[in-house]
Amino acid sequence: MSKKTPEIMHKQNTSARSKNFKEVALGYTEEQAINEANRCLKCKKPLCVEGCPVRVQIPEFIKLIEDRKYVEAAYKIKETNSLPAVCGRVCPQEDQCEKTCILSKKGDPIRIGYLERFAADELEKSGEKTEEIVPSKQGKVAVIGSGPAGLTCAVDLAKLGYPVKILEAFHDTGGVLRYGIPEFRLPKHIVKNEVEYIKKLGIEIELNCVVGATVSIEDLRNEGYRAFFIGVGAGTPRFMNIPGENLNGVYSANEFLTRVNLMKAYDFPNSATPIKRGNHVAVVGGGNVAMDSARSALRLGAEKVDIIYRRSRVEMPARIEEIENAEEEGIEFHLLTNPKRIIGNKDNWVTGIECYRMELGEPDDSGRRRPVVVHGSEFIIDLDTVIIAIGNDANPLLTNRIEGLELNKWGNIVADENGKTSVPGMYAGGDIVTGAATVIEAMGAGRNSANTIAKYLDGLSE
Amino acid sequence: MFTITNKEKLADKVYLFEVNAPRIAKKAEPGQFVIVRQAENSERIPLTIADFDRKNNSITLVVLETGYSTSQMAKLTTGNSFLDIAGPLGHPSEIPSGETVLMVAGGLGIAPVFPIARKLKNAGNKVISIIGARNKDLLFWQDRMGKVSDELLVATDDGSLGHKGFVTDLVVDKIKNKNIDRVFAIGPGVMMNAVARVVPEEIELTVSLNALMVDGTGMCGGCRVSVGGETKFTCVDGPEFNGHKVDFEEFLMRHKIYKNEEEHICKLGKDLS
Ligand SMILES: Cc1cc2nc3c(=O)[nH]c(=O)nc-3n(C[C@H](O)[C@H](O)[C@H](O)COP(=O)(O)OP(=O)(O)OC[C@H]3O[C@@H](n4cnc5c(N)ncnc54)[C@H](O)[C@@H]3O)c2cc1C
Ligand SMILES: Cc1cc2nc3c(=O)[nH]c(=O)nc-3n(C[C@H](O)[C@H](O)[C@H](O)COP(=O)(O)OP(=O)(O)OC[C@H]3O[C@@H](n4cnc5c(N)ncnc54)[C@H](O)[C@@H]3O)c2cc1C
Ligand code: SF4
Ligand code: SF4
Ligand code: FES
Repeated sequence: MSKKTPEIMHKQNTSARSKNFKEVALGYTEEQAINEANRCLKCKKPLCVEGCPVRVQIPEFIKLIEDRKYVEAAYKIKETNSLPAVCGRVCPQEDQCEKTCILSKKGDPIRIGYLERFAADELEKSGEKTEEIVPSKQGKVAVIGSGPAGLTCAVDLAKLGYPVKILEAFHDTGGVLRYGIPEFRLPKHIVKNEVEYIKKLGIEIELNCVVGATVSIEDLRNEGYRAFFIGVGAGTPRFMNIPGENLNGVYSANEFLTRVNLMKAYDFPNSATPIKRGNHVAVVGGGNVAMDSARSALRLGAEKVDIIYRRSRVEMPARIEEIENAEEEGIEFHLLTNPKRIIGNKDNWVTGIECYRMELGEPDDSGRRRPVVVHGSEFIIDLDTVIIAIGNDANPLLTNRIEGLELNKWGNIVADENGKTSVPGMYAGGDIVTGAATVIEAMGAGRNSANTIAKYLDGLSE
Repeated sequence: MFTITNKEKLADKVYLFEVNAPRIAKKAEPGQFVIVRQAENSERIPLTIADFDRKNNSITLVVLETGYSTSQMAKLTTGNSFLDIAGPLGHPSEIPSGETVLMVAGGLGIAPVFPIARKLKNAGNKVISIIGARNKDLLFWQDRMGKVSDELLVATDDGSLGHKGFVTDLVVDKIKNKNIDRVFAIGPGVMMNAVARVVPEEIELTVSLNALMVDGTGMCGGCRVSVGGETKFTCVDGPEFNGHKVDFEEFLMRHKIYKNEEEHICKLGKDLS
């Protein structure tokens, strides 16, 4: 008889983990993976698959795990999802595959993400086989941005036989996987492996190339590129436009996380990039970015870390697992709270934040009840660091320099579900089209665009 | 990898690097900068493109040794290389024509001022340049500045060369006696602030802000400055701004964010591997 309740994921204990940057979730043991795989009903019409944006063949890969064919299971996932080690760790499964799993009605869906991670980690242990692909088709493609959207698009195009080059603004690849999501949630060796794999496929990567500044689209056309995929992410941080935001000790989450992850400021002075290690830190926001910032601040040595969020707990967009992790680690949540101003001293250093209490009013456009200010409810939290994690806007650096490219009123590129933009031969996907979304959606967009680009190029050479 | 094809010492603690960077050399314009990461564990630091040679695929960087990262750079020699250089970033300088322009450079500011002055001159402007430093050993490129200026004045704090005193003394003097249409001031924050105080509102004043940066492409917001009451990102909205509108007080205080950390890493004096 198979077990009824899901296998739990073992984690580093809270007191140890809140002081180190090592991965929190330790992964399933073989025995746990098989037990969990056993629980799956291998449905003929698997509802779980409907919930996965890239339609991973879930019952099939779970069956392979049950049969102890772990590497085969990983390859099965890879047929539709080229980054299972990443997605198994960071997909918001509770809103996707695990939400639609038939067993979730009873409250205990199969832990699909944990199984996906298990299979991918087994593949990593066994060493993945790759062979260089020699392009067989005409039409060079430039993929701009090396986040999940760009990486997926490039791999798919290479597999379809097209010569591809990735152009990346930073000195390293991976986009948010590298500079946003911290080591304790997504170890960087996983991102590195994926990039090694891509290089072995024969895909060229040019770093330090800020398209729009270092080269223009025209230059790339002159270099022989026939089609373009734009996957530059949602790259410019939003501020609240309240007094005190330029005080010393106020960070955007982008800056804070980039210093910590990409620049390894947690290892200062071995790594030369500094970061302010606050004693009392408040993070404004309720998404994954806010959780990652708060938990990073804790690991840098803060005595107290608060989250300030203007709605209530149920509206928090962060993954439930990460909200729970944050709570376990001792992060305090000020819900229905919104900053009014940030307070500083004469040397421009932040000393406190004044907040309003909020209450929920009528539903807004997003269907969530709109938070409204409770007048006269102001109170002050004393602190020395504020991290603003209220979202990103589209970075206009490249998009404003492409003639004829249609943007919406927020500056995001207008593209259809196949990635087609208003410029012939130019495709786009990921956060730059949708605004901040998820890794798997960005990958899905990269894949769809790869297929459309292939059709476009075949049309050109006919 | 970006190979250093020539290194020279220009003045006390000031070094010139000519670097092979074909893509950047093709695109660079006066006023723009690059972000440089010397080696695997280095910071990303902004440096102005002090010159460029499109035919030879090279750009020129001039580095003043002030702290850890720049002193590590100072140790590099011809044949070594920088691991990463990204650019050209920021807006090119706005170049008018037929005006009388006063160029004011403090210390290392001579390097960024030079290509702007040259372009102004070529565009048919009258260029008057004032360069200054604490003493004459810190000055460089007088020859180059002389060639692109109709008039070149020098000030040193100790009077070891030219006027004894600050560049602002000469600025006040020039503005009084000549019809100056526009002023560019580039140098330490304190100096740009001082120039902003003596240049009347009617005369256009452009300053180039050396804010602390990480990416240089608008994605982190670390380089924010207040200009005319609005928050701007120096790397993408600047680095040049209207000097009359910059909140220098805030700007100068934001420069001190990592003072303790900088002193700490300098004392350790670790070498980059
Ligand atoms: C802190 C944080 C935590 C997150 N947590 C989760 C999570 O748990 N689960 C989840 O599913 N999603 C999460 N997300 C969201 C997810 O990471 C993004 O939706 C996803 O990365 C978007 O992928 P992308 O390829 O569109 O863009 P990005 O990952 O942003 O990559 C864009 C790349 O393009 C490069 N680029 C930008 N401009 C240029 C240019 N002009 N020239 C060349 N290159 C350029 C950038 O440097 C970057 O490398 C998180 C995001 C953040 C910031
Ligand atoms: C657009 C731009 C162009 C620049 N061009 C040049 C250039 O051509 N040549 C050059 O030598 N420098 C230039 N700078 C400044 C240069 O980036 C800094 O000197 C460098 O980052 C200091 O690093 P460090 O580790 O050596 O010093 P740190 O140890 O970081 O600092 C030492 C001292 O320098 C100050 N400082 C730190 N960062 C900066 C900064 N960004 N600007 C000015 N002072 C700073 C600190 O407050 C401190 O007093 C430029 C800066 C910007 C934003
Ligand atoms: S890719 Fe994400 S949504 Fe799809 S099955 Fe895997 S974990 Fe679930
Ligand atoms: S819906 Fe649930 S039980 Fe059915 S196949 Fe999918 S994971 Fe297994
Ligand atoms: S340096 Fe990051 S936005 Fe300017």
